[in-house]
Amino acid sequence: MGYGKAQKGEGVVREYYFKTGQMSVGYGKEPLIKEIEIRLDKGEILTLIGPNGAGKSTVLKSIAGQLKLLGGAVYLDKKEVAGMTGRELSKEMAVVFTEKMKTELMTCEDVAATGRYPYTGHFGILSKADYAIVEEAMELVHVKEIKDQDFTKISDGQRQRVMLARAICQEPEIIILDEPTSYLDVKYKLEFLSLLQKLKREKGLTVIMSLHELELAERISDRILCIKGEYVERFGRPEDIFLPGYIRSLFDIRTGSFDEMNTAMELEPVKGRGEVFVIAGGGTGRGVYRRLQRQGIPFTAGILFKNDLDYPVAQALAADMTAAEGFEPVPEKLLEEAKQKMDGCQRVICCKHVFGSYEKANEELLSYARASGKDVEMTAEAVTQ
Amino acid sequence: MEETAGRILWDIRLPRASAVLILGGALALSGYLLQAFFHNPIAGPFVLGISSGAKMVVALVMVFLLGRGIRITSAFMILAAFTGAMISMGFVLLVSYRVTSMSMLVVSGVMIGYICSAVTELLVTFADDAQIVNLHNWSRGSFSGMTWENVKTMAAVIAITYIAAFLLSKPLSAYGLGEAYAQNMGVNIKLLRVCLVILSSILSACIVAFAGPVSFVGIATPHLMKKLFKTIEPIIMIPACFLGGSAFCLFCDLLARTLLAPTELSISTITAIFGAPVVLWAMVKHKKERAL
Repeated sequence: MGYGKAQKGEGVVREYYFKTGQMSVGYGKEPLIKEIEIRLDKGEILTLIGPNGAGKSTVLKSIAGQLKLLGGAVYLDKKEVAGMTGRELSKEMAVVFTEKMKTELMTCEDVAATGRYPYTGHFGILSKADYAIVEEAMELVHVKEIKDQDFTKISDGQRQRVMLARAICQEPEIIILDEPTSYLDVKYKLEFLSLLQKLKREKGLTVIMSLHELELAERISDRILCIKGEYVERFGRPEDIFLPGYIRSLFDIRTGSFDEMNTAMELEPVKGRGEVFVIAGGGTGRGVYRRLQRQGIPFTAGILFKNDLDYPVAQALAADMTAAEGFEPVPEKLLEEAKQKMDGCQRVICCKHVFGSYEKANEELLSYARASGKDVEMTAEAVTQ
Repeated sequence: MEETAGRILWDIRLPRASAVLILGGALALSGYLLQAFFHNPIAGPFVLGISSGAKMVVALVMVFLLGRGIRITSAFMILAAFTGAMISMGFVLLVSYRVTSMSMLVVSGVMIGYICSAVTELLVTFADDAQIVNLHNWSRGSFSGMTWENVKTMAAVIAITYIAAFLLSKPLSAYGLGEAYAQNMGVNIKLLRVCLVILSSILSACIVAFAGPVSFVGIATPHLMKKLFKTIEPIIMIPACFLGGSAFCLFCDLLARTLLAPTELSISTITAIFGAPVVLWAMVKHKKERAL
């Protein structure tokens, strides 16, 4: 009880700050997800990812003690959570859920101040020290200037930050957040996650949350837990999770594609023989590939190095392409192959105006296109060049 | 002459006024607790059928015992009313687990109220002539005929309930933010819910036992107080609702007695005139806020 098992490759038995042992969760009697094993050190950020309805919220609610565990246990700092009183737990763990807080006639400061609840006396009256903590928390998440505004009349981004201030007021060691960035625009998403990182660094806060934005999950998480079906499919570092093909299988992606290397997605490619041949490289072609996809025109990509920015997009969208090994000269054979492919196309779009010394093959493709009387369209010179 | 006036004041007027103050406060507090419990701004002992349930059991007991010539004590009346209140509350709770919409909950409460009232009417029809007058007056709601004995009993019961409610103001304030958050703040939700059901039922029962069902005070007063004090903090709202309910009822009772004197109007007639518009306003305002 309470001892973390050694993680693979570490060899020593060590204790984890947060740990679940064979935790089974669900509503009613039938477990939705079984035998969940999580191990976290203090100050680590864990993100749950997985398809909609996989049970991410159920796991978070179960960890927070809002749902009865259907099996196993949750340990926090070697104590079993189920054995803690509500008040004890509320001093250790704060939550920010997707359910909107029901506030009426409450200012942002009032809402943040509700985080002091576990520390106040029988009638819940805040002391000067409590107010100082509330103020500090509001300052930390930059909502001090809206403290007197009605909580229901502020933006989603502000609301989420006030909720975080409230959680901080609770002075927790661990914080549970359910999709905290879902309704935020890109600026607030970045701000919010940066705040979590700041809290983790400055206060050693442990974070467990669910995120829909995979690119953010990859960047902020120390650990990622992938939920699919009845079991946890994977638990590990982002670099061990975002492996080629894994996200496609986790989310069962059937239309379009997901590129784990760049955490970017592309829509479904246009099927058929390539009608347009695109000469590109160094990120100049992506926009054209996507435009052709939107117009429903199948295209063939010219020679691309496998480490080129255009390569993953072409791979996802092109009907056909010629790929060359990165950092190597393009073999003559590939050039011939590309020329043959161009023969089948009516139009040629060239995104390159200047060719580097390793791009001679593509330069020759352009000459070949002109020589064979193709309809050659040069894109406007990109700024990047 | 002096003597008679004094007696009227001391034996009739004063006990009545005291009862109105106590029961009016209890009524508003019970409405406040029910609104908090259901997270529903138009909940109240009357619309949820709790008063009618209490009325039904009290009528049953009265017809049964008075018919056998047995005198009923105030405490026993409260107990009967409490039983009835709990029966209605049980039904409302069953419905509330199935429907989440606030209007559906109120509609089902009104239906439960109608069923209970129908049963009460049936009992009244079969009662002796002598009892009918008594029952009829009471079942329409009236503060008349209060004695100091009644006042003492109700004061004791309601004082205890009031203190208990006031002691719950901290968890109640957390509960108002939503159950998920309250739980995270360390509130024992189940226990709080049980306490709220019992306290609001005791309060409703007390009112019905002594004055019959009185409409709209329970729903309307919390809204007026919220508007007046610009807060929903239970630590302010609990005393505010109690005092507000007292004042509101005293005012309505004064009108009921004097408006068409010597004929006395039923108290619910007056409370409905002043209370119903408040409820309508609260509903419209709530809808508007939802839409935002």
